[in-house]
Amino acid sequence: MLGIEDHLIWLAYLACLGAAALSVVYGLVRRNRASDTVSSEDRRWAREEKKVEDEL
Amino acid sequence: MPAQTALDWIDIVVILLYLTATGYLGWLGWKGTKSASDFLLAGRGAHPIIMAVSYGATFISTAAIVGFGGVAGMFGMSLLWLTFLNIGVGIFIAFTVLGEPTRRIGHHLGAHTFPELLGLRYQSRGIQIFAGGLIFLFMPLYIAAVMTGGSVFAAAQFGISFEAALLIFSLITAAYVITGGLKAVMYTDTLQGIIMILGMLFLLWFTYHSLGGVTQAHQTLTGMADMVPGPLKEMGHQGWTAMPEFGWGAKNYELWWTVVTAIILGVGIGVLAQPQLIVRFMTVRSRRELDRAVPTGALFIVLMTGTPFVVGSLSNAWFMQNGAPLSGKLVKAISAEPERAVIHVMKEISPGRWEAVMNPKTGKPSLAPVAVTAREPAIDIHGQPFEKVSGRSISVVYAKGQADEIIPTYITQALPRWFGLVFFLTLLSAAMSTMSGQFHTLGTAAGRDLWEQFFGKSGDGQPSLKVVRVAILVGLLVSVTLAYTVRDEYVIARFTAIFFGLCAATFLPAYIGGLFSRRITRAGAAASMLVGFAVSLFWLLFIKAREAGAIGLVKLVTDGKSSLVEDRLNWPSVDPIIVALPLSILTLIVVSAFTRPPDAAHLARCFPEKTR
Repeated sequence: MLGIEDHLIWLAYLACLGAAALSVVYGLVRRNRASDTVSSEDRRWAREEKKVEDEL
Repeated sequence: MPAQTALDWIDIVVILLYLTATGYLGWLGWKGTKSASDFLLAGRGAHPIIMAVSYGATFISTAAIVGFGGVAGMFGMSLLWLTFLNIGVGIFIAFTVLGEPTRRIGHHLGAHTFPELLGLRYQSRGIQIFAGGLIFLFMPLYIAAVMTGGSVFAAAQFGISFEAALLIFSLITAAYVITGGLKAVMYTDTLQGIIMILGMLFLLWFTYHSLGGVTQAHQTLTGMADMVPGPLKEMGHQGWTAMPEFGWGAKNYELWWTVVTAIILGVGIGVLAQPQLIVRFMTVRSRRELDRAVPTGALFIVLMTGTPFVVGSLSNAWFMQNGAPLSGKLVKAISAEPERAVIHVMKEISPGRWEAVMNPKTGKPSLAPVAVTAREPAIDIHGQPFEKVSGRSISVVYAKGQADEIIPTYITQALPRWFGLVFFLTLLSAAMSTMSGQFHTLGTAAGRDLWEQFFGKSGDGQPSLKVVRVAILVGLLVSVTLAYTVRDEYVIARFTAIFFGLCAATFLPAYIGGLFSRRITRAGAAASMLVGFAVSLFWLLFIKAREAGAIGLVKLVTDGKSSLVEDRLNWPSVDPIIVALPLSILTLIVVSAFTRPPDAAHLARCFPEKTR
């Protein structure tokens, strides 16, 4: 297949493309499923992180 | 075929324009709200494409493109299994399984570095210090791999020495880090990511196009299996479109154990325990943002690693069809139709007089498999007549036996000159985006995880910031020294594999256990990390022949052997991760089972969602 005789190699070739395609489908299906709320704890963490970055 | 090139004024102008654009975006990042935490503070998410490309640009470096691409040029397309793991494990599992728990626990506990996350999760200053120390000591290996990748290409592209290229690369890195490259400005990473995407797309298209299309290119490569050099054949190399021979207890299985355990599993699994990538999950706004970043992340990785692995392998076919003809004395015929042979390579030292080219490693005449294009009478340096056989050979011959040189040699000889410059910017982008994460992690490991844990933090934070700066300088110097000193074959991939394997065996069980289990104890995590680290180090120093032999300690205790188990094939080829990671997991489970569970109040802080 694809000019490659060893099935473990063409399988790897197709598996790479398949995994990428599945990831695209996953992203589209899950696009709005998970929650998207930012808590006060998240904001506190981000403020501290910004301080650490700015000091650097 | 384009001639060897040199750095001219157009190159300098383009490179300066690129650096100016990067610097400008970095400056915008300082001024405005362009880092991940800025987005989070502003109450909105970074665009998922920006987030994913930024993550991918940190993930993929010159080590993957030049180092592992070169390994594929030597060993073949079996490396595509690493691309599969990079997508399946490095993106899909990392984003969908580990990303959200890491973000949540990191925010619950107020962790800002990976060692701090482990330390706070297990209420152990010792764990934080140990993890910080390991990162500080071993990250320079990975940085050296990234620098070597960029420098090898710059040397080939601009016709300068490796040492000069390394010096220039180091100066650019130092300038980038000093002027704010440490701050993970997402737009800078994204610009770098876009350049990487364009560079790889053209490289992939050009290679398939010049070899007659996808199937034709693969068929040509499949038909070259008989041109695999003898030493690689003895290790089990069966061609560039075939897996190495699998089995146990014989020399012809060595390549399988090297490629599968060190390159594919070591790096493919090790990516989950990369500190500079794990901290990125904490800067993400929500689970939704992680889900949305999966498609772009996966497409970015398939392009960034799949392309160099395919192109590295196919470069053999390109050189066999288009490489500069080599000439020499016939050693043995490989096949009659098509006519292929192994020759002792010779060069014409004066008109009509030919002299053998010596292999600097073996001191014997260099051998090369060639697809024969001509046979004609000639005279050697001693005045003896011989039949001169001419033909084209495979990538590793044109790269002078160095896997690390295969991609640079292919780009400079096969592709148009302008693309060499674009590809240099691609590599510079890949290197800068990865190194900003590496130096950030190294610096904070020294300042926040080591210095502050030993000596405490002063009110203004100044002492630890000085420590961060000194640590980065030391890290840079050590990395440059390593890159300058160690120039063995495929050293880029080996340095990367060592660091990834070490991180996986040491951190992965404690990290994943800490995210998902309330029963893992401080003692279990500490013991698991110690066992994973100690076994990996022992294996690298005394068992794995290539590394142990190069370090030399094993030679002192065994009277010159390169492994304690040198006679027991194929143990010296097995990567530490195969032994160290299972032992580390086992230790985590057993020690946790026999030690007191963490107190309920702490668990409620780590997992408030589960206690509600």
